[in-house]
Amino acid sequence: MKQEHAEVIEHQPIQGGYNLLVMHAPGIAPDVRPGQFVHVQVPHLNECVLRRPFSVFKTEGQRLAILYKDVGKGTRTLGNLRPGEGLNLIGPLGRGFPALQEGLYPVLVAGGYGMAALYQTARLLPVKGTAFFGGRTGGDILCVSEFENLGWDVRITTEDGSLGQAGRVTDALDPWMKNELGSREPELFACGPTGMLNAVADRALEQGWTAWISMDTNMGCGVGACLTCVVKVHDGRGGWSWARSCREGPVFECRELFREPANVTNRKSMP
Amino acid sequence: MHVDLSINLGGIRMKNPVMTASGTFGYGPEYADLVNLDTLGAIVVKGICLEPKTGNEPPRTAEVASGMLNAIGLPGPGVDGFVREYMPFLRRHDVPVIVNIWGRTLEEYAEVAARFSDVEGIAGLEINVSCPNIKEGSQVFGTHLDLFRKVLDAVRAATPLPLIPKLAPDVSNIADFARAAEESGANAVSLINSFPAMAIDIKTRKPRLANITGGLSGPAIRPIAVRLVWLAARAVSIPVVGIGGISSPEDALEFLIAGASAVAVGTANFTDPGTAGRVIAGIETYLREAGHQRVDDIVGSLRI
Repeated sequence: MKQEHAEVIEHQPIQGGYNLLVMHAPGIAPDVRPGQFVHVQVPHLNECVLRRPFSVFKTEGQRLAILYKDVGKGTRTLGNLRPGEGLNLIGPLGRGFPALQEGLYPVLVAGGYGMAALYQTARLLPVKGTAFFGGRTGGDILCVSEFENLGWDVRITTEDGSLGQAGRVTDALDPWMKNELGSREPELFACGPTGMLNAVADRALEQGWTAWISMDTNMGCGVGACLTCVVKVHDGRGGWSWARSCREGPVFECRELFREPANVTNRKSMP
Repeated sequence: MHVDLSINLGGIRMKNPVMTASGTFGYGPEYADLVNLDTLGAIVVKGICLEPKTGNEPPRTAEVASGMLNAIGLPGPGVDGFVREYMPFLRRHDVPVIVNIWGRTLEEYAEVAARFSDVEGIAGLEINVSCPNIKEGSQVFGTHLDLFRKVLDAVRAATPLPLIPKLAPDVSNIADFARAAEESGANAVSLINSFPAMAIDIKTRKPRLANITGGLSGPAIRPIAVRLVWLAARAVSIPVVGIGGISSPEDALEFLIAGASAVAVGTANFTDPGTAGRVIAGIETYLREAGHQRVDDIVGSLRI
């Protein structure tokens, strides 16, 4: 983990509110492993006390790229950065995706910009498998040709049917599992909205497959000190404990994650 | 001219007057890759109570204008867990370790303090009587003068370690609490803890914290903290630690001039882990340029 002042090399909109930001980050870029993130201090955002976490989309030598969507004040302000300007990074952070287990067939499942967290994995895995990309609309489906050029079989779903199959990721994943997977055992790598991650975990748990889930939680310090980004994990004694997304995650195997029993709402502590 | 930044904070020898505020710096190892811990005046670790505790449901924090709300709920490993998991690491560093302690009852406060008395490598205890996020009563001890005195008397009787009660900001007369701390044998006081506050998501009409309310920290509370530090420092002769939204040397100097003998950097650790280092360097530069040799020369030097 290092803190460094990176310089913007390239910053451009891709499509539908998504942007690609490429930085010169010689201290951090060479150490990034797939699925890790960087914590970005957005310049000119002085009234904001917290950094913003971004999955590393890809690294190339001393270059580090993030791919992000305009979702709020932080990302809007980030969008004004021009090549030559600097921004402060902490990284690489968190536990990313592991290497593929011997003999398993890799399956990527991404919702929207969740794809960004999976690209390095897609690039480095020795076996290229099938990648399921889902989004609300065609504008949310990114970098398909990049994944295809790496050798991945990309399956697309959009909720409005504007690109690929109409429906959710699972509407493509389920028939594929039934009709095309055959006797191969998959290992899943997933990043996206919580509902999608739960659906992937459900299938993996049911079939006894390994599924690596990258969680998207609110984050504070990014280094494990503030305890903002906690998720419930099995404690090995039949109960649960908190794990920090920024340290023990953001990638968890689906069996590590503790899911609340159905019909029981979280008991909030009252003042 | 040589500038000597070292201070003696109620019996705790520090290389400089800049510490990390409890809850913003973990237990030390979290920031060790980014900050040379040996350069800090002191590390104040996250609040510890007798037994391990899980803390609140998320969302636990929310960013607001020039600050953040938190209602983490003081999760922690308990006394034994902390000593086992973190003290071996902390003892390897040349930095005073101040443990922030809290309890649900007077007896628990006293027992936690007593247990730490025998632990090697602890420089002092900060007494958390003002966490706004614990329903068991921590905050009540910090806002009711009688209870506040009782906690301090119980802890004082339980340990010879230097004691630093951390004062709540939401009291009608901060000087009364500072004086009570001094009368009970506290070696210093620190202030302010985060300010009780609330934020609402107007789309969902839900509170932005699962705990509904939380503590406001960051630059938003700094002018409030400067005033309270000024009032407290005038009321007592024990040293005061100024806390509240410090993110630059200039911020820290305001507190020193108002009467604080030391300062703690809190929320700004999240923004930039290098903040404490910049604050230390900036204080040294200020002293040198103003022709002072010691930090004490500017403590309480407010011109009215």
